[in-house]
Amino acid sequence: MAVETVFILNDREVRAALPTGTALVDFIRDDQRLTGTRVGCREGDCGACTVLLGTPGAQGLRYRAVASCLFPLADAAGCHVVTIEGLNNAGLTPVQQAFVSEGASQCGFCTPGIVVSLTAFLLEDAGLDLDDAVTAIEGNICRCTGYTAIRRALERMLQEVRPQAAVAPDRLAALIAAGVIPAYFAAIPARLKALPATGADKSAKQPKDAVVMAGGTDLYVQRGPELAGRKLDLMSRREGFAAIWPEADRILIGAAATVSDLMESRLLAAAFPPLAGFLRQVSATQVRNRATVGGNIVNASPIGDLSVILLALDAAIGLRREALTRERKLSEFFLDYKKLDLRPGEVAAWVSVPLRRDGVRLHFEKVARRRRQDIASVNSAIGLEMDGERIAAAHVSAGGVAPVPLYLRRASAFLAGRKVTAETVREFIAVAGSEIAPISDVRGAAAYKRALLRRLLFAHFLELFPGRLPAGDLP
Amino acid sequence: MKENDVFFHPRGETLFVDDLGDFSGLLHAAVLVSPLAHGRILELDTAAAARQPGVAGVFSARDIPGENQIGGIIADEPLLADGEVHFAGQPVAVAVAGTPRQARRALAAVRMEIEELPAVLDPRQAAAQGLLIAPPRTFVLGDVDRALAKCPVVVAGRVESGGQEHLYLEPQAAVAIPGEKDTLRVISATQSPSGVQRAIARVLGMPMSRVAVEVFRLGGAFGGKEDQATPWAALAALAARALRRPVKLALERREDMRFTGKRHPYSSDFRIGLDDAGKIQAFEVTYYQNAGAAADLSTSILERTLFHATNSYHVPNVRATGYSCRTHLPPFTAFRGFGAPQAMFVIESALFQAAEKMGLDPARLQELNLLSEGDEFPYGQRAKACRAQRCFAEAVSSFGLREARERVRRYNDDNVLSKKGLTLMPVCFGISFTSTFLNQAGALVHAYADGSVAVSTGAVEMGQGVNGKILLVAGRTLGIAQNRLRMDSTCTRRVANTSPTAASTGADLNGKAVELACMELRRRLLQVAAGKLDAAPEELDIRADFVRRSGARTELGWEELVRTAYLQRVSLSSQVHYATPGIHFDRAKEKGEPFAYHVYGAALVEATVDGLRGTAAIDSVQAVHDNGTSINPLVDRGQVEGAIVQGIGWVTLEELLYSEKGTLLTDTLSTYKVPDIRTAPERIEVRFLADAANPAAILNSKAVGEPPLMYGIGAYFALLAALRALRPGKALPFSAPLTHEKILTWLTEE
Repeated sequence: MAVETVFILNDREVRAALPTGTALVDFIRDDQRLTGTRVGCREGDCGACTVLLGTPGAQGLRYRAVASCLFPLADAAGCHVVTIEGLNNAGLTPVQQAFVSEGASQCGFCTPGIVVSLTAFLLEDAGLDLDDAVTAIEGNICRCTGYTAIRRALERMLQEVRPQAAVAPDRLAALIAAGVIPAYFAAIPARLKALPATGADKSAKQPKDAVVMAGGTDLYVQRGPELAGRKLDLMSRREGFAAIWPEADRILIGAAATVSDLMESRLLAAAFPPLAGFLRQVSATQVRNRATVGGNIVNASPIGDLSVILLALDAAIGLRREALTRERKLSEFFLDYKKLDLRPGEVAAWVSVPLRRDGVRLHFEKVARRRRQDIASVNSAIGLEMDGERIAAAHVSAGGVAPVPLYLRRASAFLAGRKVTAETVREFIAVAGSEIAPISDVRGAAAYKRALLRRLLFAHFLELFPGRLPAGDLP
Repeated sequence: MKENDVFFHPRGETLFVDDLGDFSGLLHAAVLVSPLAHGRILELDTAAAARQPGVAGVFSARDIPGENQIGGIIADEPLLADGEVHFAGQPVAVAVAGTPRQARRALAAVRMEIEELPAVLDPRQAAAQGLLIAPPRTFVLGDVDRALAKCPVVVAGRVESGGQEHLYLEPQAAVAIPGEKDTLRVISATQSPSGVQRAIARVLGMPMSRVAVEVFRLGGAFGGKEDQATPWAALAALAARALRRPVKLALERREDMRFTGKRHPYSSDFRIGLDDAGKIQAFEVTYYQNAGAAADLSTSILERTLFHATNSYHVPNVRATGYSCRTHLPPFTAFRGFGAPQAMFVIESALFQAAEKMGLDPARLQELNLLSEGDEFPYGQRAKACRAQRCFAEAVSSFGLREARERVRRYNDDNVLSKKGLTLMPVCFGISFTSTFLNQAGALVHAYADGSVAVSTGAVEMGQGVNGKILLVAGRTLGIAQNRLRMDSTCTRRVANTSPTAASTGADLNGKAVELACMELRRRLLQVAAGKLDAAPEELDIRADFVRRSGARTELGWEELVRTAYLQRVSLSSQVHYATPGIHFDRAKEKGEPFAYHVYGAALVEATVDGLRGTAAIDSVQAVHDNGTSINPLVDRGQVEGAIVQGIGWVTLEELLYSEKGTLLTDTLSTYKVPDIRTAPERIEVRFLADAANPAAILNSKAVGEPPLMYGIGAYFALLAALRALRPGKALPFSAPLTHEKILTWLTEE
């Protein structure tokens, strides 16, 4: 009954005859008995199960770190999956050696996941800076070291690898020479090409009971045990669903484009320069490599970072059922808690973001318990079109203060035509306060969320218009 | 070196319990727990569950052949609930099936009806209702009432500290394998192999000699696997013995968070009295410890709270009282620091408030009151080789406190919305199990005929590096290279009646036992060498793998020496027991010498508060730490750094939230946040005190596991200092953790 999933695991071709919804980590540990990949949480929050995913594409084979607990076996088809065992050589790699030399591994449970994350970083990162190496392991929790020794290990690793790899024309070859990855990596692109195409998942027709999945980073958290036995309809395998392309006065983003895709898009960077920086506050590398625009919106979390940012960009969502398509303003798409204007059989296909002639002044604020890899207590975004000193149009959104990612309709309208003054901002915050209805939960008491949103709305103007507001007079 | 775990960890080649798979016929267990905090079981019917696909058996309290009891100190904790349930997450039944998923699915088919009873969650409410684990205890020194009456400065207040989830990365797990003639081998992720062995023997009604408990390593523990690894091992053993098949029980993260205990929340009242000069004259404190539904280790933990009521300070008049309060939450348990962090948080809060009242810098008050040589602790012991003042002074001078103050003052002058705070955090922590009988250890050293040597102890490796330290001790004592040595697993068959690896004493106790065992082996071998070299044994020594005669290397190498001893029928195995000398404590008088020695230190902590968003960052921690003569400085540095970040997590970030009905709301990693690499201070600097040999412990070292956690408490007060700069005049909160929510709420409320 199960479809065979064919891919290369470390240096071996494997044919997995398991339900396609099986989490990759279960195949790796239980079926293949590769136990260096560890299960720490099954929600992508600890990084212990991180593996390398090599995906063939237009620019050749690209490796990224992914959380194998949230990754469907089916999506490994035709790819190169590398666990810690697939990185080991006779001695220690420079990454592993740095951890030994600096005492950066104590109990050792998390260490393989960190080594894999860092190897992905060495394979993909252009500059090989220390701070980016830290970013690469924001999603890896270590409870023993306090990360101090790990920082020392990162420095040592970079000292060792950077001179050989940073400027090398062929990074993969340089990393093989440096011993970071084994020699068999060199032949992988050719071996992947020789793999037989995998069966049912590529066919256009999906079984009726298949679960539609984009990145799966939330579906596996919510429905993991159930998915293990299900067939999947993978958005990532649909033609063009992960693309980002220009169209007249707007940019279209395929629903299966990941957060990492957004961060790397030159098109989006040119239109919205600060966007990539804001997206760094979304989850952590392993999850950003999988979490998709469409999934984030359809998941309808009232606190979704992407939804909140896209609302401030005045985005619309493209919906498709077979040949029928329609587009809906994102601000009208969220109806109620986890309720969407999504008709039976419809899937989110794209998101469109309008381009403004004079650009959009965009800002995003997020406060959670932790600065990184955390779900916001409250987040908020603002997009302003300016006409000289006046605000021509404003789109302001907030998460965590309503049953849906909230488009602050009245507050946005209030700003239109006004100058940025202390008075305007004070009244704007008051109007926004009349539109929200936060509840008390594990992310904070309702009163806290109200107070926090006031501060974040104020912060938008402090950050976008430095020196315009008296900083002492806080809302 | 290449024998050491640290070489294999980054390769993913070390095995944790759930990584072990080579047991033919292995079954998997899943645990059904009470969804309610308090109730009466009206019906429990497992028949339908037993018929589910793949299920081999379902077990409940009535299937327990021995005593349904796992309480170690106080017998108040059934393995499986019988009649009543006392916390949400209490095991009620266990299903065993071919796969973990089948076992979990079977649980849904158990018919369980529980009549809900009122739950008590608050320790003060429990105390008011007389719900105590044990009678309250009071430590007294001098006359607090008289002294307080004379003090010109008296401050009183209440202090709250929350619990803390251990979040060891490896969840609880055990495998039980039945053997011939009704024996069991249990591989358990426990800090206390003998504790697990004892509990299994009791529950199954069999002698301890038939139960072997073995531990390879733990993926972190921090106290969370001292008592609380036991139920899972015992349930696996119960099922394995009944089914005659190997059974694995590995908790998933969310189960682990919901079922197992955490650091104790405390609510405390204090009164502190000082003279005009700032000397503390009297300190009165009452601790209400939230013990949860069963004793677990709570009484010992409360005892350590009382021992550390005055932290690093000399206080001539003290009255410290502790109530261990029974509530309907999962039994709270050991967590690095073991009651001391809660105590230190109270006295530091008291000093901070006294300093504010007197208009003094808190650091000035701390410095004035630090312990001196010979000062008496409230429990009767006197400070010996006291390094409290030395550590503090060195922290002040070597980290440039004056310059740091000036820098922070300028920053605060220049910034309206962002403020910095600076604090010092001295620590004094007693080393030894306070239950004196636990301060014993055994070691077994085998030299094999080829010269290779295997060492067994009762110590459990959980990332703290105890095995590496023990091998260094063995190598130095035997005079041989590390590559000849191997650390064997911890197994109750080789070393019996082990104390848990806890109280920071793992290396102290087991290292000493290994040293003695190796000395005995060496003595025998030197006898053999003396015969062979025609020398007197006292002329001989072994160093760098060769026998030395009056310091000069002979031709007699280690391998030949061992082979010769074997051929001469000399025992090449050495088994030795060690007990810490000179310690005692009289619980009737609450006086004695409970500690072999104290660890001292002081840390400087700097923090920044974003006054706009109400967020906080701990910028740096710099500590002068009294580590004796370190056996392994790299390992000890890692212990200090890791402990500091756990301490910071406890007071600033990690928050346990329960529903009104006593169920845990923060039961996932997405709701319970521990420090990540961006939360941990970018700068942690650790300086070990120089010339600090400690004759009271192995190779002049000092225990290191727990004391540095309490430097992290300084983060709380550094944040308070920043809050004070943002909002002068308003009463500060003394309720850990100081989360972003609490900060903004304090900043914005009237």
